[in-house]
Amino acid sequence: MHLLAFLIRRLFQAIIVMLVISIIGFSIQSNLGDPLRELVGQSVSEAEREVLRDQMGLNDPFFTQFARFIGNAVQGDLGTSYFFKKPALEVILDKFPATFELVLAATIMIFTLSVPAGIYAALHPKSWGARLIMSASIVGISVPVFLTAIFLIAIFSVNLGWLPSFGRGDTVEMPWGWETGFLSLDGLSHLILPAISLASIMLPLFIRLIRAEMMETMRTEYVRFAWAKGLHSKRVWLTHAFRNTLLPVITVGGVQIGTLIAYTILTETVFQWPGMGFLFLEAINRVDTPLIIAYIIIVGLIFVVVNTIVDLIYTLVNPMMKLPGAAA
Amino acid sequence: MRKAFLTAALALGLIGGVAGGAQANTLRMAYDADPVSLDPHEQLSGGTLQLSHMVFDPLIRWTQELGFEPRLATGWERVDDTTMRFMLREGVKFHSGNEMTSADVVWTFNRIKESPDFKGVFVPFKSMKAVDDYTVEIKTDGPFPLVLHNSTYIFPMDSKFYSGKTDDGAEKSEIAKHGNSFASQNMSGTGPFMVTEREQGIKLVFERNKDYWDTDSPGNVDEIVFTPIKEAPTRVAALLAGDVDFIAPVPPNDLDRVEKDDGTTLVTMPGTRIITLQLNQDRVEALKDVRVRQAIVHAINNEGIVKKIMRGFGTPAAQMSPEGYLGYNPALKPRFDVAAAQKLMDEAGYGDGLEMSMMCPNNRYVNDFKICEASAAMLAKIGIKIELTTMPKAQYWPKFDERAADIMMIGWHSDTEDSANFYEFLAMTPNTDTGRGQYNSGAYSNAAVDALTEATLKETDDARRAEMLQDIEQILYDDAAFVPFHWQNLAWGARKGVNIGAVVNAMNFPYLGDLVME
Repeated sequence: MHLLAFLIRRLFQAIIVMLVISIIGFSIQSNLGDPLRELVGQSVSEAEREVLRDQMGLNDPFFTQFARFIGNAVQGDLGTSYFFKKPALEVILDKFPATFELVLAATIMIFTLSVPAGIYAALHPKSWGARLIMSASIVGISVPVFLTAIFLIAIFSVNLGWLPSFGRGDTVEMPWGWETGFLSLDGLSHLILPAISLASIMLPLFIRLIRAEMMETMRTEYVRFAWAKGLHSKRVWLTHAFRNTLLPVITVGGVQIGTLIAYTILTETVFQWPGMGFLFLEAINRVDTPLIIAYIIIVGLIFVVVNTIVDLIYTLVNPMMKLPGAAA
Repeated sequence: MRKAFLTAALALGLIGGVAGGAQANTLRMAYDADPVSLDPHEQLSGGTLQLSHMVFDPLIRWTQELGFEPRLATGWERVDDTTMRFMLREGVKFHSGNEMTSADVVWTFNRIKESPDFKGVFVPFKSMKAVDDYTVEIKTDGPFPLVLHNSTYIFPMDSKFYSGKTDDGAEKSEIAKHGNSFASQNMSGTGPFMVTEREQGIKLVFERNKDYWDTDSPGNVDEIVFTPIKEAPTRVAALLAGDVDFIAPVPPNDLDRVEKDDGTTLVTMPGTRIITLQLNQDRVEALKDVRVRQAIVHAINNEGIVKKIMRGFGTPAAQMSPEGYLGYNPALKPRFDVAAAQKLMDEAGYGDGLEMSMMCPNNRYVNDFKICEASAAMLAKIGIKIELTTMPKAQYWPKFDERAADIMMIGWHSDTEDSANFYEFLAMTPNTDTGRGQYNSGAYSNAAVDALTEATLKETDDARRAEMLQDIEQILYDDAAFVPFHWQNLAWGARKGVNIGAVVNAMNFPYLGDLVME
């Protein structure tokens, strides 16, 4: 019952978030530029343009436009993209699998690398390996993602010729219509460089976070007690110390994985990865306002969903915790 | 290792479709953008014209030397001052199997007249009528010199295919700017290629038309995989890494790499897009004084800008018409001279200096904002203090329409490949009724230029016309009507063995049907 109440609360939260985002999106859209410019050639007269603006409802007052948008949005219609001439929601959902798989691959890389590296650096802080990891992570934090991406392309695609430089490669269609790149060799080879670039932003952060939390936990009473009981060192590290290290890591991590979506905009653009982030940047260049607004609404929703999942995982790892807002 | 990947990919994805193991030539090409729509009349843009040349054929087309060559029209003759007759090729079939006749050409002509983007160019064309199945006549509104120029825009469409109603009850012939029309999703032309797969913004796949009428064409490309790659460094990397065979444009910074790399070749060509600054006389009183305008033009070292900022990737200009256009006036030369500029400022009574605002886009033309920064620095030397604002083109154009700054940048490519188009839009007195001077943000106005430009649109004698057009360039030069920078060059990069040099042109729509790959 608690779970249900929690989910209903989150649903309301999501609706409010999306509403606020759509208001913000709508109020800035006139500053994004004139969509007509991207739709017509240079020699089309201003009078012709005005007729088209009228037809598209761009000359209506703000509230008329917004009311129309909300009216349609309630029925699941977030407007029609000027460029794709298809419902904006459909366009975005088409690109969602590509972004999801990229973020998933990057997340897997982050966790499989940061956990051992972080634990190692915490347990042997003075070793050469730990120092190397820590100084490399400083570099990793300070290099912007598009630079990492361009470097990777220059080395692995142009010079060595091992990996493809752009795109998603061959995809395999799953029975439910999802196009996946995980199931073909070509798709996987296309995934490697973008995923490394995307992971490079968060990986150093996670290593440092895990290291700091682990060192903190190693000093607590119950760890000392565990040592005193004469437990095997692996058991002390992994069961007693690491499990408690995980709690703050999940909280911060959940938020950060959401932020990865923002970084997909840059990564996808450099690699011409056909996902939502690339789509968004293109939409801004083309002043495709319906698509821009639909994108930020969807991303707002994704944030709420990710946070909800993180809260659920949190209660699994630490049964003492109650779901936020469900306790009352 | 990579080779193995690649071979596997090729075997699975690209050659997989060809039966019998025959060697198929696949051209993988990457441009900075893909066509907005499959409808040839929805938007008048480079992307649409490129697509039109692949899937359709024009009546006649431009050669590399800016002459005309017959395509679906085998010949043409002037019947009288206002009538041009075209003889059509016989036995040409559309992709649907329908045969092309004069009815299709007339149908296409009437559709163009309905297109918001194209009808401006076709205003002087009053009507077209079919004389018989393989002859059509174009009637113009008075004598009109650009009948052949504009006929390069007539790509006959399959009228039977595009007529009738869709399942939703919409007209198949509809031209929709912001709708999902039949023509924006389906194609039937006479051209060398057919679209087999399209994922907008990601991929466009073409297959060669097996029954293409032009059996003399040396073209041997069986399949084209077109990918838009927006980011210039990624596009270049894709070519150098061997992931694509052909790219355009190549950014100035990477020209050397593409040229020197063992596996690739670079083809460049002087372009026809002029980059200029306009000086707003309505906003700044001082700019009404021709001496101030001359001073500004004299203060800006456009040859230096081409050398340093464009890295030689442009031709310094002193007029709007590029070489090869009728209006090109060989007497006009760039006139950088700071001392003369300062003297002109003193004479005009502005020796103490002036303050002006300048606005430029930062993602529209090659190095646009750098050119403006350099110009601002050069103007500072004669005491003109510039407050420069740069912004993405999406925000820039509304500002341009508002005439939001004293000096604004604009680049222009003539849609008709003729000089008069420059003056119509950039130099004539702005008039919202006629649409003349629509992009003349400087409000420059000279009755002689207006009258001469209108006259050149009625003059059919090339020699007399050239004289008039060159006179206009001279007047604009003497009036310092605008600040000329350069004509942007064009650059294409290709894998060695892809002979793009023979099929590219100054309009920047390579005739890929004739492309030979080794």
